[in-house]
Amino acid sequence: MVKTKTEISRRKFLKSSSGVALFIGISGILPQMISCKDPKKIKEQLAQQPLTAWVKLSEDGLITIYNPAAEMGQGSMTSLPLIFAEEMDADWSMVKVEFSPQESEIYGSPGWAPGSKLMFTVGSRTTNSYYNVMRKAGAQARYVLISSAAKHWEVPIEELTTSNSHVLHGKTNQKISYGALVPFLEMPETLPDLSEAQLKNPKDFQLVGKDIPRTEIPAKVDGSAMFAIDIRLPGMVYGVLERGNLHGSRPSLTNEAEILAMEGVLKIIPLDYAIGVVAKTLEQALNAKQSLKIDWSESKASGHNSQEVYTTYKKIASQKEKGKVIIEIGDVAKAKRTAAKTYMVDYKNDYVYHAQMEPLNAVVKVAEDGGSAEVWVGSQQGTDTKLGVPKILGIAPENVNVHLQYLGGGFGRRSMNDFVEECAYLAKEMAPLPVKLIWSREDDVTYGAFRPLSLQRLTASTDYNGNITSFSHAVVGDGGNLVASAVANDHYDIPNQFAEWREASNGIRLKHWRAVGHGPNKFAIECMLDEIARDQNLDPLDLRRKLMAKAPRALATLEKAAEISRWNTPSIEGRAKGMAFVEHGSLGTGVCEISIDRSTGNIKVHHFWIALDAGVVVQPDNVKAQMEGGIIMGMSSVLKEQITIVNGRVQQSNYHDYNLLRMQDIPDSVETVILESAEIPEGVGETATPMVACAIANAFLRLTGKPLRHLPFSPERVLQALNS
Amino acid sequence: MATFQLDINNTKHKVEVTEGTSLLWVLREHLGLTGTKYSCGIGQCGACMVHIDNQPVRACLLQVDNYAGGQKIKTIEGLSNNGDHPVQKAWIEAQAPQCGYCQSGQIMQAVALLESNPNPTREEIKTHMNGILCRCGTYLRIIKAIELASKTPTSIKN
Repeated sequence: MVKTKTEISRRKFLKSSSGVALFIGISGILPQMISCKDPKKIKEQLAQQPLTAWVKLSEDGLITIYNPAAEMGQGSMTSLPLIFAEEMDADWSMVKVEFSPQESEIYGSPGWAPGSKLMFTVGSRTTNSYYNVMRKAGAQARYVLISSAAKHWEVPIEELTTSNSHVLHGKTNQKISYGALVPFLEMPETLPDLSEAQLKNPKDFQLVGKDIPRTEIPAKVDGSAMFAIDIRLPGMVYGVLERGNLHGSRPSLTNEAEILAMEGVLKIIPLDYAIGVVAKTLEQALNAKQSLKIDWSESKASGHNSQEVYTTYKKIASQKEKGKVIIEIGDVAKAKRTAAKTYMVDYKNDYVYHAQMEPLNAVVKVAEDGGSAEVWVGSQQGTDTKLGVPKILGIAPENVNVHLQYLGGGFGRRSMNDFVEECAYLAKEMAPLPVKLIWSREDDVTYGAFRPLSLQRLTASTDYNGNITSFSHAVVGDGGNLVASAVANDHYDIPNQFAEWREASNGIRLKHWRAVGHGPNKFAIECMLDEIARDQNLDPLDLRRKLMAKAPRALATLEKAAEISRWNTPSIEGRAKGMAFVEHGSLGTGVCEISIDRSTGNIKVHHFWIALDAGVVVQPDNVKAQMEGGIIMGMSSVLKEQITIVNGRVQQSNYHDYNLLRMQDIPDSVETVILESAEIPEGVGETATPMVACAIANAFLRLTGKPLRHLPFSPERVLQALNS
Repeated sequence: MATFQLDINNTKHKVEVTEGTSLLWVLREHLGLTGTKYSCGIGQCGACMVHIDNQPVRACLLQVDNYAGGQKIKTIEGLSNNGDHPVQKAWIEAQAPQCGYCQSGQIMQAVALLESNPNPTREEIKTHMNGILCRCGTYLRIIKAIELASKTPTSIKN
């Protein structure tokens, strides 16, 4: 059986004659340290708290730091260990990074709720959630080193300093490397619960804030990076599922005997919503899948037509009865009664699909006695780090070992466990054979879980001076927070605000999609501001300046974005700039410059400028990469992407009819300026993407005088707007 | 089932598979050369780009039967011994990958470009690379990496 990194590290670790594991937990576990020269003690320790180590140090100076978060391209494999190494004063060139075991009691962070411990790589919260955890753990590791050196040299600990994996004693001019200190390491009787004040001043950071290359990139340029889809195990068989394109439909297989007679087919495994086939090889499994004859039942989604449903949504928006109130500040109704002018605009967005490049897949091996299982998966983890597998197998969570692999894209799709659970069902039937489940791209599209379609009705009022006195936002759509998040305008000084969600359910599978509600809702909010500005003869920059008067950090991003984009310098003929402000943990203002091909309806985005306040930035170049990628993914969704549903059936199936942005359509540049800050780091993965729709539409409005109010801005819709 | 002999990365590989099996499944699932990726299976995304007789081709569209006649197949694993092909080095310098899943295909396509056109213009790069999708949106850094590699004084041919 193939050993995963974790197992290999555990094994080596046990056998190692010179390494030391620092069991410095954040879970209140009494810190323990045992020389690796005493394997028995290590085993005892591992049996007690098998997986508490954040770091492994060996005599040759090699330092292994464990990353508790998923790596899907956002850089956690570097950022979290870097924070740890910073406080430990580790020589980064001697650091190796491995995924930590998937044990949330030990490696979870309290970043979601105080007292909770989750391993959950979603919501752009990883760096934010683990910043203090990793700093403190790194500082405690350093404390163990200096207290041991103090004993070894018989000098007061206060006289010791550290630098680049060395402990130094200035008075006696002594210096010892962390590796050389290993034989002398002793666990202090008590490990101080270091407070923020005892950690480094961000001004003194040596690693954090510098451009450190990402640790996993070399493996991503030579084909050696392991994604779950790359796992191969002896005796492994292949599973595929036919799920149809009508969500919620139930299948009846009508040619079971024929399928079972096909070459290589081992088993047919029916699920509520799909027919599974397991075969000896992938090609045999796919071949059998193609031959399945299935009668599909109607479902809740039957009759749903995505392009006609807006009529219904509009009716819902017009109903007197309010939906679920999300925000209520001041008195919107009163503000409207005394307003000089009121506005009402509807914005719409079609379904979009994640299109992560690695189709969903997993490998599960259930032990012959059914009592334990191994799972190889690219997952964004979750409230259940065992991803639903224990329940399916009827076994305890500790008997399921999850080996996290690199994710070939997540974007929210991989925090849903459907694909892992499916594989567990198949593996249960096939035990002890390991099963690799692969979704074809067609499966991934047609049985996708989409960002919901929605309609946003925005109303606003202004006084006689053009000030916005009220702002209200009704979101009509399915999926609760999936559609209704990000309606707050915390950085805009608008005295009366109201936001509500009006439910409309259509039976389509839905899921978080990068930036979630921010995508459609910021589009609506930021476009509404520009439509008001235009009507009031205000520059969109001036309008936002006024609104941000009480939000200095947001305002600083606005001013900086205006500066770097030369907002006040007119664009060349045929081009215009548009702006948008987004808060998603970090605060950012984006400006784009566009032109339009009026014969085809194609929008060309020439440049994007972003000013970002993300607190302390751990890896500046990586933050810029997130801005570039976020903008380009945003452009893809805004200009190209659309899932349509006819009578409940998903109409797209692969990249030929679900178009993604290609290289020829990218802007010439995406320029990011990071504003300096010593505040706690905030997420950056989802700040850029929601800027795109509104910045483009706002530029379009300034260029043509016409609003774009329906995502995506397909050439047909652009032409329609131009001709309106 | 039939036995095929393939010349991959200058090594002969024997594989027994059903006739008509795609070269991509043979590489990945039968031979363990998993650097070449599956993403669409219909030649739309280029994640499975390999070189056959120095030409970039999409392995998902090819049947193994037609490539067992001594054609020289090169995958990302065969591009260099230590990940030090000038294009790979440029990729690291530009910090191009994010999730990394499409990058083998991107690199194989870029190497093919630079082998035939060592100093491409930005427009030539875009045209040549347009067929390889990247969902993370790393295109700007891919261009940067190709421009870096094209400025490398050593030959692109490894």
